[in-house]
Amino acid sequence: MKLFKNNKTAPLLASPYIAWALIFILVPLAMVIYYGVTNASGSFTFDNIAMITEPGYLKALGRSVLLAFISTLVCFILAYPLGMILSSMKLARNTYLVTLFILPMWMNFLLRTLTWMTLLEGKGVINTVLEFMHLPPIHIINTSGAIVLGMVYNFLPFMILPIYNSLSRIDDNIINAARDLGADSLQTFLRITLPLSVPGIISGITMVFIPALTTFAISTMLGGSKILLIGNIIEQQFTQVYDWHLGSGLSIVLMIFILINMIIERLADTEGGVLG
Amino acid sequence: MGKDLITLEHISKSYDGHVVLDDLNLSIYENSFVTLLGPSGCGKTTTLRIIGGFEKPDQGKVIFDGKDITDMAPNKRQLNTVFQKYALFTHMNIAENIAFGLKIKNKPDSYIKDKIKYALKLVNLDGYEKRMPDSLSGGQQQRIAIARAIVNEPKVLLLDEPLGALDLKLRQDMQYELKRLKEELGITFIYVTHDQEEALTMSDHIVVMNQGYIQQEGSPEKIYNEPENAFVADFIGDSNIIRSTMIRDELVEILGARFACVDKGFGENKPVDVVIRPEDIVLVPPEEGTLEGVVTGLTFKGVHYEMDVEAGGFEWLVHSTRLSEVGTRVGIKVDPFDIQIMNVPLSEDEEAISETV
Amino acid sequence: MKKIIERLYLILILIFMYAPIVTLIVLSFNSSKSRARWGGFTLKWYTRLFSDTAVASALFNTLSIAILATIFSTIIGTITCIAMVGLSPKLRSLIMGVTNIPMINADIVTGISLMLLFRFLHIGSGFATILLAHITFNIPFVMLSVMPRIKSMNFYVYEAALDLGATPVVAFVKTILPDLVPGIVSGALMAFTMSLDDFIITYFTKGSGFETLSTLIYNEVKRGIQPEIYALSAIIFIVVLALLLIIYRAPNTKTKEK
Repeated sequence: MKLFKNNKTAPLLASPYIAWALIFILVPLAMVIYYGVTNASGSFTFDNIAMITEPGYLKALGRSVLLAFISTLVCFILAYPLGMILSSMKLARNTYLVTLFILPMWMNFLLRTLTWMTLLEGKGVINTVLEFMHLPPIHIINTSGAIVLGMVYNFLPFMILPIYNSLSRIDDNIINAARDLGADSLQTFLRITLPLSVPGIISGITMVFIPALTTFAISTMLGGSKILLIGNIIEQQFTQVYDWHLGSGLSIVLMIFILINMIIERLADTEGGVLG
Repeated sequence: MGKDLITLEHISKSYDGHVVLDDLNLSIYENSFVTLLGPSGCGKTTTLRIIGGFEKPDQGKVIFDGKDITDMAPNKRQLNTVFQKYALFTHMNIAENIAFGLKIKNKPDSYIKDKIKYALKLVNLDGYEKRMPDSLSGGQQQRIAIARAIVNEPKVLLLDEPLGALDLKLRQDMQYELKRLKEELGITFIYVTHDQEEALTMSDHIVVMNQGYIQQEGSPEKIYNEPENAFVADFIGDSNIIRSTMIRDELVEILGARFACVDKGFGENKPVDVVIRPEDIVLVPPEEGTLEGVVTGLTFKGVHYEMDVEAGGFEWLVHSTRLSEVGTRVGIKVDPFDIQIMNVPLSEDEEAISETV
Repeated sequence: MKKIIERLYLILILIFMYAPIVTLIVLSFNSSKSRARWGGFTLKWYTRLFSDTAVASALFNTLSIAILATIFSTIIGTITCIAMVGLSPKLRSLIMGVTNIPMINADIVTGISLMLLFRFLHIGSGFATILLAHITFNIPFVMLSVMPRIKSMNFYVYEAALDLGATPVVAFVKTILPDLVPGIVSGALMAFTMSLDDFIITYFTKGSGFETLSTLIYNEVKRGIQPEIYALSAIIFIVVLALLLIIYRAPNTKTKEK
């Protein structure tokens, strides 16, 4: 390609961003790692990372993984049939319909969470309605259930969009070909549709699981002060306790979890491709 | 010809009020190579999809081997399809693609293995088992799509413009390949294309379609030499189509000059359409011709010269191996056997057809 | 039957998504401060919201940061994408790899990493730090939507323009830039919405005393929800709805004009 006659032009154009990425992406990340493996006097230590084995922190991490997992699963179960229904509809109509399903995504994240506070509170909207219908009230606010609900509500569009995209990209004739070769609807779904939508499923899972794993706002708002997630612990280290070393150490643990999650997904992706 | 294998009876289909097929009747013989030929939107692909079971006709029946299969799901039908743009399963390798239909039918592994080998050999792609579809060229993907269909031993293979995405040279190679495959397998091929040359080269039987109607069916020779209407004449090969008057049997007046012909039964002094193929026109010295004209254009085409001749207020297309320079006065002569007389379209539908030509 | 079940499913999910928002909008007109009782229709929360200077300044901060971050990230991101054409494949994949970090990494880690950097450099937290942070996480969104356009670009058109006597700059503006515009626009839109919606990274880089809408809401929520927040939600929802309708209508009318 001959867009640039002079072979120094391209590096020159790219240099501002390279510098930017160095200063604002790589250096900060290096600082997290540096703080994570040093103590207040500046000497090298793994103590900050090892602190994750403290029962309180370990419990928060375990709870985070569990709640993020449940939320991701629920999002997937809700979103996949939805993606199939939407992608099977006639094109002209479904752009509007798809937009309708992801529209709440554009509303402020905190406001979306706030709606559930209002609904679920002890004397909130849902209990008022239940009382009016002479039904017993539900006590879901400040429980793990409320946090899961908040996560699902906030992150569902992030699951719907990639799944819908990958499903609607499957050529009708691929499905027809499977039917033509003797597969019934279930066989076609299991052997063709599902494997071909794996990339969408994987990006949906990533887009739900990681924010769910690392959130602190949802747990603060819907879990009260009692249920701490790993995100809350890290947040407290930086905004209340001011122990940057411990906060960074726990962040490293979090990054390791994100990395593991990515590796698992990579494996699932290639295996999905081979197994069919 | 053998017995009828597939019969379409009074098939009609429309989408959103737009009629795609209107009361279509068609019989397809066993072991024949049948081509549905026509411009895009003529209903040929819809016809194929109805036979394959991917579309349900609004009216009419599909009879397969004596049984009504109109409402049968595609996976229950004893026919397989080679789709436009191949529709290979991109997440499976070549062997898994080919094995798909056999695995569904729970055939034993050793049988499947043999079949894959046999099919790959048949399409000249031995050793490609482990490759992924994306790593193959268009022509190779096409062969795999065919292999994937034929391992299921269908009685009929449906091919939906299978060569459309290939370049010219490859297309010609694949035409011979398909013909060979058809002979080796001894099954019926139903082939959809808009390419008249492809149709003439490969088919035993051509069905020319336009705007949801069958315009003419018959052998390639018959379709080419004796087109029944202006649409077929124009769609198949180059031709001169001229509105003329049938003076009486075996005599037609074309652009004011009287030509002898061999057709009868069109009445006296009746308007007709005349088709004359460019290679059937003989250019002679002006005084010897039935009609006199002047050469206005000349192109060398390799095997012949293509000339435009202005005569009787009409621009004639002439193919000849003998050169006449631009500006030469020439006479036009046509052998009576080479003049094809057709009825002028009368019905509204036929009117619509000639308008699109 | 299948159709009915499908419709029903779509409707149920829509109810799940919109019922809470509708409830908020209804509550924003409730004159009673209690969420459990309907005290009659009122607009007082809206008037109170509009006279609230804290909300006004937070809104101003949010919008100015989002607009500036969008402009800067779009310019830097687009230029980098164009430069990628002339870079070696190795350098290209290295840049894309680094660009992916903020997208994959948890926002909380990105947030604290930037906070550590700003503290280390002694840059006072506030408008500037949030803006720098937003530009950083917006550039990847711009590059992600411009890159596919660059990859499928037909550079022969550019060469044809040169061949016909255009200077490189003119040729670029006339041939390549128009092809990139859809990618740039969708990247900019994405950056703008990401900026508006961000809470976590802003939260860690803002310092005290400086609020955007997100951080303001978070603080309010911790203190107890005021009905003005409902009014704010209702307004934001309506604005988002209106903006989307405009965006979706725009391409339609254009094709119709042709």
